[in-house]
Amino acid sequence: MAMLSIADKKILNIIQTNLPVCPRPFAEIGKLTGLSEAQVIERINHLKETGYIRRLGPFFNSDKLGYVGTLVAVKVADGYMAQVAEVINGFAGATHNYERKGKYNLWFTLLAPDAKTRDMLIEKVRHLSGVESVMNLTSHKKYKVNVNFKLK
Amino acid sequence: MDMLDKKIIQVMQNGFPIVAEPYKELAMEIGISESQLIERIEALQAGGQIRKMGAVIGHYTAGFSANVLCAWVVPYDKMDEIAKSMSKNPAVSHCYDREVTKDWPYNIYTMIHAKTRSECDAIADAIAEENSLDERVMLYSVKEWKKTSMRYFEEEKVAQ
Repeated sequence: MAMLSIADKKILNIIQTNLPVCPRPFAEIGKLTGLSEAQVIERINHLKETGYIRRLGPFFNSDKLGYVGTLVAVKVADGYMAQVAEVINGFAGATHNYERKGKYNLWFTLLAPDAKTRDMLIEKVRHLSGVESVMNLTSHKKYKVNVNFKLK
Repeated sequence: MDMLDKKIIQVMQNGFPIVAEPYKELAMEIGISESQLIERIEALQAGGQIRKMGAVIGHYTAGFSANVLCAWVVPYDKMDEIAKSMSKNPAVSHCYDREVTKDWPYNIYTMIHAKTRSECDAIADAIAEENSLDERVMLYSVKEWKKTSMRYFEEEKVAQ
């Protein structure tokens, strides 16, 4: 993968937390980085195409949109991992689904429009073949949710 | 939030156009004016529904190719203080409290990012030392089965 230029790093440091909400946002970023609007647009397109930027735009607070979220830990028996993971992958609100080391070996985050839907989906997982145990690990306080890396 | 807010969210989660006047382009798609869209976004920011306008970069962009979900047993009377101190660590991207169960005593979860797994372990060791914590579990991933961004309000039909 190509090295990031100093200009790229400046753009990335700004754009991670501050995509201006105004008619010409990339001209604003240009002012802060000493680049022209056209150069900023060209670099951001490039950074997106090459995967340095994964997503651009609004980031939502799911609670404030009325959604309920949780982390679910599943203990899956040997030989059943793929089929259990596939069912969970099919849930629109299962955004991250990872097999992990440990006695609970499948972990997924779940967002649902209401608690009833969330509980119904968790019950569905509980009754799958090969599922030995399920924990619904709800959170009451999010101390930090922002992924923001300073590039030097 | 009204139907128009939901429509705005539905359209904006499809992607942000990287062009000179992105809000004008989005507004056209939504069927409102650019200034209406900007006003609505600002209101959603003020209300906290939008927590940031920005970008997520690939972890490897910052040279971080390893990460771990680390779950901690933290004394409840010090939970706020310790979680806030963990959150100040730049290698920690997420820090949440969570419910415990009979066989699972961990009440604070952090995502730790570094260049290697041994660096992740060293960061967790430092956090443990700093906060006098002696019980944690490092939940390294073995396989990524799914990683996506949430798409909101797609289960509802929103009036045009």
